[in-house]
Amino acid sequence: MNPANYLILSGLLFSIGAVGVLLRRNAIVVFMCIELMLNAANLTLVTFSRINGTLDGQIIAFFVMVVAAAEVVVGLAIILAIFRTRRSASVDDVNLLKY
Amino acid sequence: MAVHAVAAMRPVAMHTVARYAMPHEAQYAAASGSFSVMWLLLVLPLAGAAILLLGGRRTDRWGHLLGTGASAASFVVGLVLFFGLLGRSGDNRAVSQHLYSWIPVNGFQVDAGLLFDQLSAVFVLLITGVGTLIHIYSVGYMAHDLERRKFFAYMNLFLASMLLLVLGNNFLVLYAGWELVGLSSYLLIKFWEYKPAAATAANKAFYMNRVGDVGLALAIMLMFATVGSTNYDTVFGAAAAGVIGYGTLTAIALLLLLGACGKSGQFPLQAWLPDAMEGPTPISALIHAATMVTAGVYLIARANPVFTGSQAARTVVVVIGAGTILIGCVIGCAYDDIKKVLAYSTVSQIGYMFLAVGLGPAGYALGIMHLLAHGFFKAGLFLGSGSVIHAMNDEQDMRKYGGLWRLMPVTWVTFGLGYLAIIGFPGLSGFFTKDKIIEAAFDKGGTSGYLLGTAALLGAGITAFYMTRLFLMTFHGERRWSHDGPEAKHPHESPTVMTGPMGVLAVGSVFAGGLFVLGGSLQNWLAPVVGESVETGAHTMSPAVLTALTLVVAAGGFAGAYLRYQLRPVEAVARPDSDVGLVTVAARHDLYANTFNEAVFMRPGQYFTRFLVWLDTVGVDGVVRGTAAAVGGLSGRLRRTQTGFVRSYALSMLGGAVLVVGALYLVKAG
Repeated sequence: MNPANYLILSGLLFSIGAVGVLLRRNAIVVFMCIELMLNAANLTLVTFSRINGTLDGQIIAFFVMVVAAAEVVVGLAIILAIFRTRRSASVDDVNLLKY
Repeated sequence: MAVHAVAAMRPVAMHTVARYAMPHEAQYAAASGSFSVMWLLLVLPLAGAAILLLGGRRTDRWGHLLGTGASAASFVVGLVLFFGLLGRSGDNRAVSQHLYSWIPVNGFQVDAGLLFDQLSAVFVLLITGVGTLIHIYSVGYMAHDLERRKFFAYMNLFLASMLLLVLGNNFLVLYAGWELVGLSSYLLIKFWEYKPAAATAANKAFYMNRVGDVGLALAIMLMFATVGSTNYDTVFGAAAAGVIGYGTLTAIALLLLLGACGKSGQFPLQAWLPDAMEGPTPISALIHAATMVTAGVYLIARANPVFTGSQAARTVVVVIGAGTILIGCVIGCAYDDIKKVLAYSTVSQIGYMFLAVGLGPAGYALGIMHLLAHGFFKAGLFLGSGSVIHAMNDEQDMRKYGGLWRLMPVTWVTFGLGYLAIIGFPGLSGFFTKDKIIEAAFDKGGTSGYLLGTAALLGAGITAFYMTRLFLMTFHGERRWSHDGPEAKHPHESPTVMTGPMGVLAVGSVFAGGLFVLGGSLQNWLAPVVGESVETGAHTMSPAVLTALTLVVAAGGFAGAYLRYQLRPVEAVARPDSDVGLVTVAARHDLYANTFNEAVFMRPGQYFTRFLVWLDTVGVDGVVRGTAAAVGGLSGRLRRTQTGFVRSYALSMLGGAVLVVGALYLVKAG
């Protein structure tokens, strides 16, 4: 199978993620879209690793997963804390930091 | 020393000066033996000032004693050095002491060093000697002043500055002393700063001195630019050898003259000196009569090779001198304030000194001679006036004096001797020294000689007039004061601590002149520094005739004053301006010198300042404020982008990322 198809897939996934981040308002959904973008990047790394015949990309993908796991912990904790104080998970409600 | 100075010069000037300067150059001997304590002269009064100023109120009880002691100790050191100088051979009497490298920059070497030669020696003795007498006098005069300690601290500071001025071995050290005496003079004029007149007078003195100081500073810069050094020996060597072009030499001389005029209260910078009389009387005696104001004469005598080399500059000096003699005399006749009269008398007497030093080699020594004699009798006169003012409850108007001679016999006698000395009574100081100057002015020859001589002669006559007027109005005639009433006066003789110094100065006024003149002793003594005075032998008038003429003119002045102020009663209140002659009105207004300065310099200066302020407010401030307003407005609009919506931030991040990737792609593809 042509490796380029994986790249197209990953591009599609990334675009879906990016559009989701920009358009959705539920913090949880935005968060999942970020994960989608991270995994699209992972897919690219692995694909390039395969194309080039080296392991570098795969190793970096593992790092990304670890960082993503840590990020999930922190991110969900923040979302929970916000939900507790403001009774809402909408990102638009958290808009105190402005002019 | 000299080798060092030459080596430090800029390459361009080096070979020329080294070639020409050497033969003339005075090789100053290095200080050794008793001369190695030369620095003590400066340090003693300086330490006195430092202790009294830093010690504060703790030193109040004995401060005046310490100040007087420091001054006296400095005088003793001066005497020791003077006798050391006497013990050396005539050509070897210039002793220089290197203190430290002041400005050791590659092409610009300035050493702080002292020079004790014949000229500085007489000045050191005058400054410390008269200074010590006036310190002693001040113990009594300032006895009731709460700030007496501070007064002595400033006086000591003045002594140290003045000694630095006359002892420096290069122009930069002289300049440091020059500025420091300006500072001490300022501090002492405004000593009673709660009096608005005193504070104003101090500011005026400082500003007008500043004008002169700029001239001196420029002269020093010009010297450095031309010769590459500010050392006396190098500069004078170059001047005498003709290395400096005539134009440059004249420019240096004229700039030095500007400095001298500022410090010495000569036309056109004379207006500050009479106002400076707002200071305590001992200060008027020490600084504004005997020592500091003669610094200008010292400067010209010291820089004599520069002035000898420039005929044009010397012409300006004699014109200023002769003019100032007459200005001072005329105004001196019109004032009723005893100290103002003495101040204008100082202005005119310094005019004589300027006239003398302006005559060139024939006159340098004569100027110094009159300066020293004047130091005695004018200090004595001021101290005497202080004694009178003290006795009359700080009344300075001579129209409210009269008949004091019986009540203040010692003051009367000492003041009288000083008075006789200044009008040139035969046998007293002024007779010898002033006569010599008048003679030298006539001997200059030609029309200019007659003009200058006549001015000096006329000055002698008017001096006799206004000094007699002062003397008679103060000590003789009927009493224009009373023992009772709202302005009750109880005149009494001053304590011994005040009359003692007056007595010593009176003795000096009597004998100093004769001592200097007879046998040409002072002229011979100063010859190695200021050059031999050339006796052309061709007198315009025989000295005997001239002396007789001078005496007749002075006697005329005396007679005029006697008729006017002794045989006729003196009005207790001056007549209003509408009732007196035009000349008197002009003289009462200082010949409109202040008005002139105000109209020509101060007002335009004020307008210029206002214009600059306007330019600053509208122009400079406008640019700054405009920039601030523009940035503020812009950021006010830019901050609207901070919506607080995470989505918009994410969108801008995405946009940024796309841009970066696009740019990378373009670079790669290009």
